[in-house]
Amino acid sequence: MKPAVFEYVSPTSVDEAVTALSTTDDIGDVKVLAGGQSLVPLLSLRLAQPGRIVDINGIENLSEITEEAGVVTIGALVRQAVAGRSDVVRRSIPLMAAAIPLIGHGAIRNRGTVGGSIAHADPAAELPTVAACLDAELVAQGPGGERSIRAADFFTGFFTTALSEDEILTAVRIRAAGPGTGAAYEEVARRHGDFAMAGVAAQVRLDGDTVAEARIAISGVDLAPVRASKAEAALAGRTIDDAVLDEAADATVADLSPSSDLHGSAAYRKHIAGVLIRKAVRTAAARARETL
Amino acid sequence: MNTREITVTVNGRKRTVNVEVRRTLADFLREDLGLTATHLGCEHGVCGACTVIVDGHTERSCTQLAVQADGREITTVEGLATGDGELHPVQQALRDNHSFQCGFCTPGFVMTIYGMCEDKKAGRPVPCSRTEIREELSGNICRCTGYQSIVDGTEAALAGTAGKES
Repeated sequence: MKPAVFEYVSPTSVDEAVTALSTTDDIGDVKVLAGGQSLVPLLSLRLAQPGRIVDINGIENLSEITEEAGVVTIGALVRQAVAGRSDVVRRSIPLMAAAIPLIGHGAIRNRGTVGGSIAHADPAAELPTVAACLDAELVAQGPGGERSIRAADFFTGFFTTALSEDEILTAVRIRAAGPGTGAAYEEVARRHGDFAMAGVAAQVRLDGDTVAEARIAISGVDLAPVRASKAEAALAGRTIDDAVLDEAADATVADLSPSSDLHGSAAYRKHIAGVLIRKAVRTAAARARETL
Repeated sequence: MNTREITVTVNGRKRTVNVEVRRTLADFLREDLGLTATHLGCEHGVCGACTVIVDGHTERSCTQLAVQADGREITTVEGLATGDGELHPVQQALRDNHSFQCGFCTPGFVMTIYGMCEDKKAGRPVPCSRTEIREELSGNICRCTGYQSIVDGTEAALAGTAGKES
């Protein structure tokens, strides 16, 4: 199992990377290599045979986590393990801190990047679901300069994003969670570290006992992460109890149409999505209460 | 052939080598440097047999390219024991607990557990309970032992009690 021949470029600036992505001549597909935890296996299995690899690991200013005016910016090359240990992430994006331990295994998180996972857009992966849940802004740079893409517009299909072929994801911006906010990420996978059959990201902001705002996104049940808008609406302004949770989960699950595969049937995925919505919202609300 | 010159420090020894850019780090270690203790099981990041330490952290050597190791420091299982006939304390702890059977997964487990001990030294969080240890070891697959003895060995390695029990 060895990768097919490709041309390898290792730019030291985003501009150089964009040039390497846009001047493709007749070289075939060009792929950005960040942590490589998905791309290198695809190369080895020859499921991907790009003509050129643009390794962005040598670009210096993409590995920072900063918080300014209530917005956390995570550079695309920040390793998942580093983000998971970061005080800023733990304090201001508790949902991401809750999701990261569920990604693969320690050695994978040490190498895998936040930006890479989002740009790869596996519908069962945790970080795209976190981005969808929190309305992250994905910052992309291309030959025409920089633009910001809302998560709702970013994940356009199965492993497909709004990034053009000559654009690179440079950062993820997420609004910092305020006081009274709690978050939880729950998933069901066949084995620990596997991609989940279904997962639920939930962030709840409480005002006293009532839900001021609920954000919920589901992984593994469609071609891209799904925002559970009906559940969010069903929870807003309510006090969380079993009946309210049933109402929220049932409203969302009825709309889901996951596919069946060897890991689980469509009906089973819908069932676990409902169970996980209840569990994640309950845990997020309990954590929110602890901050009040 | 599409090659590049890289300089890597492997087990304390600096080497400058010309590598084909599509070479994975695992193949580079095994085929080019002859360090065959790093094993390759699945070759796509699932089994953990190829785990090595890169710049102080555990990483899979099958899911990165050798060219990406340029300028970095790598420790493989060959780099643990000092060569005076003594095992490294992590190896001794695992030996004391009869942690392994066929030995195929051993190098990956040893490096993963060594990584935990290095994390402990550096003040980074490490697993405390047996449940947490199992979770940390979940990225390494063993088909012989049922893991019980590996968890025992990991506890001993983290506690630093290797060779102290009769």
